[in-house]
Amino acid sequence: MGEFDKIAMSTPASSIQQPASRVYDTIIIGAGMSGLAAGIRLAYYDQRVCVLERHTTIGGLNGFYRLRGRDYDVGLHALTNITPKGAKRGPLARLLRQLRLSWDDFDISPQIGSEIVFPGVRLRFDNDLDLFRAEIARAFPTQVENFERLIAEVAEYDDLNETHAAISARSRLSELLAEPMLVEMLFCPLMFYGSAREHDMDWGQFSIMFRSIFMEGLGRPHAGVRLILKQLVRKFRGLGGELKLRTGVERLHVENGRVAGVVLQNGETIEAKRVLSSAGWPETMRLCDDGQPVTAQRPPGRLSFCETIATLDVEPKRLGHDRTITFYNDSDKFHWSESQEPCDLRSGVICSPNNFEYDEPLDKEGSGVMRITALANYDYWRGLDEEQYRLEKSRWYDRITDSAIRFIPDYRGRVVDTDMFTPTTIVRFTGHDNGAIYGAPEKQLDGRTHLDNLFICGTDQGFVGIIGAITSGIGMANMHCLRDA
Amino acid sequence: MTRDEIKLEVLDILSDIAPDEDLSQLKDDVSFREQMELDSMDFLDIVMELRKRHRIQIPEDDYVNLASMDSTVTFLEPLMKDIQRV
Repeated sequence: MGEFDKIAMSTPASSIQQPASRVYDTIIIGAGMSGLAAGIRLAYYDQRVCVLERHTTIGGLNGFYRLRGRDYDVGLHALTNITPKGAKRGPLARLLRQLRLSWDDFDISPQIGSEIVFPGVRLRFDNDLDLFRAEIARAFPTQVENFERLIAEVAEYDDLNETHAAISARSRLSELLAEPMLVEMLFCPLMFYGSAREHDMDWGQFSIMFRSIFMEGLGRPHAGVRLILKQLVRKFRGLGGELKLRTGVERLHVENGRVAGVVLQNGETIEAKRVLSSAGWPETMRLCDDGQPVTAQRPPGRLSFCETIATLDVEPKRLGHDRTITFYNDSDKFHWSESQEPCDLRSGVICSPNNFEYDEPLDKEGSGVMRITALANYDYWRGLDEEQYRLEKSRWYDRITDSAIRFIPDYRGRVVDTDMFTPTTIVRFTGHDNGAIYGAPEKQLDGRTHLDNLFICGTDQGFVGIIGAITSGIGMANMHCLRDA
Repeated sequence: MTRDEIKLEVLDILSDIAPDEDLSQLKDDVSFREQMELDSMDFLDIVMELRKRHRIQIPEDDYVNLASMDSTVTFLEPLMKDIQRV
């Protein structure tokens, strides 16, 4: 029986009680991964639900666009938490069950293999933890047993337990591992892919990220992030959910400790029993018209990125580069903090979307893509006028590329087109303060706010990354929007 | 519904929640959690499906009764005796 049949056979409770009601059960702010996932959960259980998106397109941080005849992806390098088809455990299996999607809907191809490169040391890893074990045994032979102890501790961490173990991962790792450089090499990919906090991670987030990258693995749909977003929207709409694009929220009108109305930028006011916002914590607080203070208890994050995208006339493999992701750092110490320069050239992430185990090549004509992500300073990029911005973008595009090719084959002679995003691009598409890629360092794990019927989901609630964002949307929909419906 | 019909209905719900699962080997007296690796999110779905399909409201305190097939059927029997299976 298809979803449509089921909908047709069951009569939603709301239509029995209030046949002419214009009141939504739930309004969701933002059509990114978390908002769409929450929407699917609620629409599946017959709620009248509306997702509001101020942009002309869905995706938020994860976007896709066409430029000069080529398709581009932003946000997604790779999906984390890739477990094989049929696996019952782990975040990917859980979210597929919750969204009633099948593993095949995301059409995931596993990575070929990735690496962490520091001066004099190169650690390779893929979706089989044994390769990483062997690499650590080769590069850090004294740490084999310590590394096994770390794996055992990480495996034990319970991620459905709401309280992230708040102890410092840095101090725990220093106790477990006797080689400081190995500690730095482990932090580099985990922080790049999911730490909103500078310098350190809490143990819970470290464990989640370690498992998602090293113990489960990386993969990508052949069609990129657009496939995931399209599947989410298709599912949501198929269940009767409403998606309103170009519909920004002006404010949340508050009466008696509740959101009484959602005032749109077009002047219209719509009502809902509850509102779930993926706009971010401070951003959502600012929307409330009761004068709720915003920054005191939870300052926004400061970590933002620049990313360069180069289209090559050749597949990277043919230049001798077959790695899926290369995490690099040019000294023994890895610095994870707001960049003091426009871009931090000491470290970065190189991703080639071509280098996954696809059934057919990413591009039939044999072109390649190289993307490099580096920490960047939001205030610098925000302060430029249009002309300076263009100029600085091209200047820092070159610097980032020059920095990255210290670690991989030089592809600069094969570049046929480029693009680049900066922290201000992130602000434009996500609305998040400072272009904070992973949101505020302090998460609001229970998703509650000062108002009875306003909740948050997405980066500022808990988990980050695509799998994390989808999990956040599902979790908050389950916890706050389904039980009392 | 009879006990057997309730069991079929629960199996239908489980196949919806975990479409890739082989339910033919499911033992009635062993917990779903143990056999299918269901977590708290999945148990919420069993409750939500019962509400969606049959308007049965199950308070959170009663979720423990949904541990295995036997306990679930016993718990649902009085609640579903007047419902016709379609």
